[in-house]
Amino acid sequence: MKQSKKFKLHGDLLTFLLVAVAFGVIAYLLYGGYLTRQVSNMLIPISVYIVLAVSLNLVVGLLGELSLGHAGFMSVGLFSGCLISIALAEVLPMPVRLPLSMLCGGLIAALFGLVVGLPALRLKGDYLAIVTLACGEIIKNIITNLDLTGGALGLNTNAIYSNAKTLLPYAVVLVLLTVLVMMNLKRSKQGRAIMAIRDNRIAAESVGIDVTWYKLVVFMLAAFFAGAAGTLYGHYFANVKAASFDYNMSIEILVIVVLGGMGSIPGSIIAAVVLTALPEAMREFADYRMLLYAIVLILVMLTTNNPGMKEFFSRLRPSALFRRLTAKKSPQKEGA
Amino acid sequence: MSIKTKLVPVSRNVALLPERDANASPILECIDLGVTFGGLKAVDNFNIAIGRTEIAGLIGPNGAGKTTIFNLLTKVYQPTHGTILLDGKDIHGMTTTQVNRAGIARTFQNIRLFQDLTVEENITVAMNSQIRYNMASGIFRLPSYWKGERIAHERALELLSIFHMEDFANAKAGSLPYGAQRRLEILRALATNPCLLLLDEPAAGMNPSETAELMENIRTIRDTFKIAVLLIEHDMSLVMNICEGIAVLSFGQIIAKGSPEDIQSNPKVIEAYLGRKKEA
Repeated sequence: MKQSKKFKLHGDLLTFLLVAVAFGVIAYLLYGGYLTRQVSNMLIPISVYIVLAVSLNLVVGLLGELSLGHAGFMSVGLFSGCLISIALAEVLPMPVRLPLSMLCGGLIAALFGLVVGLPALRLKGDYLAIVTLACGEIIKNIITNLDLTGGALGLNTNAIYSNAKTLLPYAVVLVLLTVLVMMNLKRSKQGRAIMAIRDNRIAAESVGIDVTWYKLVVFMLAAFFAGAAGTLYGHYFANVKAASFDYNMSIEILVIVVLGGMGSIPGSIIAAVVLTALPEAMREFADYRMLLYAIVLILVMLTTNNPGMKEFFSRLRPSALFRRLTAKKSPQKEGA
Repeated sequence: MSIKTKLVPVSRNVALLPERDANASPILECIDLGVTFGGLKAVDNFNIAIGRTEIAGLIGPNGAGKTTIFNLLTKVYQPTHGTILLDGKDIHGMTTTQVNRAGIARTFQNIRLFQDLTVEENITVAMNSQIRYNMASGIFRLPSYWKGERIAHERALELLSIFHMEDFANAKAGSLPYGAQRRLEILRALATNPCLLLLDEPAAGMNPSETAELMENIRTIRDTFKIAVLLIEHDMSLVMNICEGIAVLSFGQIIAKGSPEDIQSNPKVIEAYLGRKKEA
């Protein structure tokens, strides 16, 4: 019994190390000049999507609430962070300016998370999904109509534009930080309280958990990382339009979370890589992308809610495989 | 049964009074408590006092309003009128969360565990406000995190030892057999460090030997933690055996109060359960 817990902790560490190693290899390939332009162009978007998916997983997977406004928070962070970065472009060097603007972008997004979350989190399930969807759209429209953010033409970010080679280290740090925070949070008292709210809200209240407080914290934390990722994303383009961060993008992030498995951090990472890389690799089918997403989403929902399928998948999980293998090889050890 | 546990009794001023001395300084006092849903008086004129280490029972036919009383005490429903005094303090305006922190813990008639958490996590969740470390130390695993988690882990195992459930610590709560789930719910309630434990049909679905064991457990819990227990139960052998005071509820009103012997011979109670004898 004790072994399984230890294995879980090692699983966390393993995920973290694997991500770090993967990034190490990619960095080596990138700086060595082994990557084609097409591949190196995907690195920053993939990192950004990993952060978005892992942070949305906190809301959807751990808290169990459906939020469809993640792109909105990302967009808030993107524009505020980039505006700060543009203002500081002459004053501060890149290694100080980018982390600082990412932090500010994240904090402003978290503030928006609080403003949206305070009224919205009184709602549950479908209603919350609708309200967050609407909030995402409102944010998009406000940004599109502000002169400060360049209006419908988009914000000119030429002054702060950087290529993948410059941005990769920051992206790596952001991804690793997000993964670390999410994994450690899951195993802390706060994480347990959040999952308890997901499993049974009434029971959670009955054991003294402040449900509203935890919901808000989760919402703000997710918005923070979305905002920080947004700021990074903005630095990768010479021009950003708020219109591209609409509900389609929110749903794309949700598809990543669902496909990777709700509550599973390694799953989110893998799904983010696959779903960001695939459309690039299959450009000619681009028109059918959203159609395919819908079908994939429905299939995943159907199969993961099917008891027979659940059983099948649970047997395929690495921890279960590991247990079966060790049980076969050394039955005495398992008993001890 | 005897349990070897290092459990320290709760720090609150407990056991100040002899058990049956309920009226002097009760842990819980309900004065004229009532709730109306639309035109229906679900509970009306409910007066009760429970001593600090008393085991009290709340019985009555189906639909009498027993669980509603629990929901009023834990503020799942807001009372329409009346006062609830916990340890002499009015709990008016508190939320469910605050009531729990003030010292009332409960179990549910239809089990409400955190299904996807492990048995141990179900208990440590309930210690949430007692574990002292903030979110940043949790995320970055500062020394206060390790200390808090270690204490929570040890305390969870001690609690599990009451029902000899240590071996299930890492099993998913949802995978436990029914009886074990009920016991886990009691432990989860205990983990919040209550001074009053509300048990909603703890013996439901248990066989006679399990019920007998549960009775012993409830007594042990009361003696170890020096807390008051108020339980709803349909199993009369359990109620008559362990309750020191019993209140009988029918159609939202208390129709009888007193010791098990008084209740058993009370004609009103017999009438509520079995109906009136037809006049010949």
